[in-house]
Amino acid sequence: MWRLLLPLMLFFGLAVLLFQGLGKDPKVVPSVLIDRPAPAFNLPVLNADGEMLSRESLLGKPYLLNVWASWCVACRVEHPVVTDVARSGLIAVYGLNYKDDPSDANRWLKQFGNPYAAIAQDLSGDVAIDFGVYGSPETFLIDAKGIIRHKVIGPMTADIVEAEIKPILAAMSAES
Amino acid sequence: MKRLLLICVLLCVMPLAHAIDPLIFGSDAEEKRFNSLAAELRCLVCQNESLADSSAPLAQDLRRQVKDLMDSGKSNAEIKSYLTDRYGEFVLYQPPFNARTAVLWITPFFVLALGMALSLRALRARRELAANDPDTDLLVARLRLEKENEI
Repeated sequence: MWRLLLPLMLFFGLAVLLFQGLGKDPKVVPSVLIDRPAPAFNLPVLNADGEMLSRESLLGKPYLLNVWASWCVACRVEHPVVTDVARSGLIAVYGLNYKDDPSDANRWLKQFGNPYAAIAQDLSGDVAIDFGVYGSPETFLIDAKGIIRHKVIGPMTADIVEAEIKPILAAMSAES
Repeated sequence: MKRLLLICVLLCVMPLAHAIDPLIFGSDAEEKRFNSLAAELRCLVCQNESLADSSAPLAQDLRRQVKDLMDSGKSNAEIKSYLTDRYGEFVLYQPPFNARTAVLWITPFFVLALGMALSLRALRARRELAANDPDTDLLVARLRLEKENEI
């Protein structure tokens, strides 16, 4: 009996394991920075001469840090969702303009609208590397203490806001 | 004709000029170290290419970072941990042996040992069966007879 059952069980075990792997997106690399302090940065603000945006200046309130660029096609896709989140007052949204030309960035903002409270310019892309960004758009949810609580890889959707961002925000307000 | 040939040769060489961003190394040993290090690291944009092979913009930036870290005297282990701190162990083509990767490392050897043990058992059982079976001699005799009859 065992002789027959054991290989069959092994087969089904393997089948279930492999089938689960099929549903996963190999392009999504989970961030190691979740529940760790956001990396320090100090970057010039777009269109605000001399003003700087840093990790420290944003402490005290949770915010979304949205990594975008004018050359990033998927950023256009998520732009209406990012705009909705910013307008709804759910959470403050800051932009990290990733390896972009300021004039291109401004043209893009003029065309699609500017939902951001402020936009930090990462011309070299070094801060994005510190954040473990490997493609844009990516969005980080950072809490009042400067801890990264969540990361959305790829375009943000209304479903992601409902299913991922809102529950974490609710948990965060329950904590404090 | 000569001119045409020259143009062809130059056209062939042209992509090479753009293929890899120029990083300037102080010595051959340094360049070798960089290349072997970059070959062990994964490009996150095109995941089946190494950092050395990829021409993705992020790979170029990361190559520059690796070079800068080398120049500032960091060891290979320190450079790798710089990258794993940001991107996780996924960037290493050869994952380190630890509690989380133990299954990954051990399973192949375990399966190999299991397969060897099972086949050895099966072989032994068959040999025993052959040795204990009184019919074996008869069978051999019959087969021989049949063969002779065929001829």
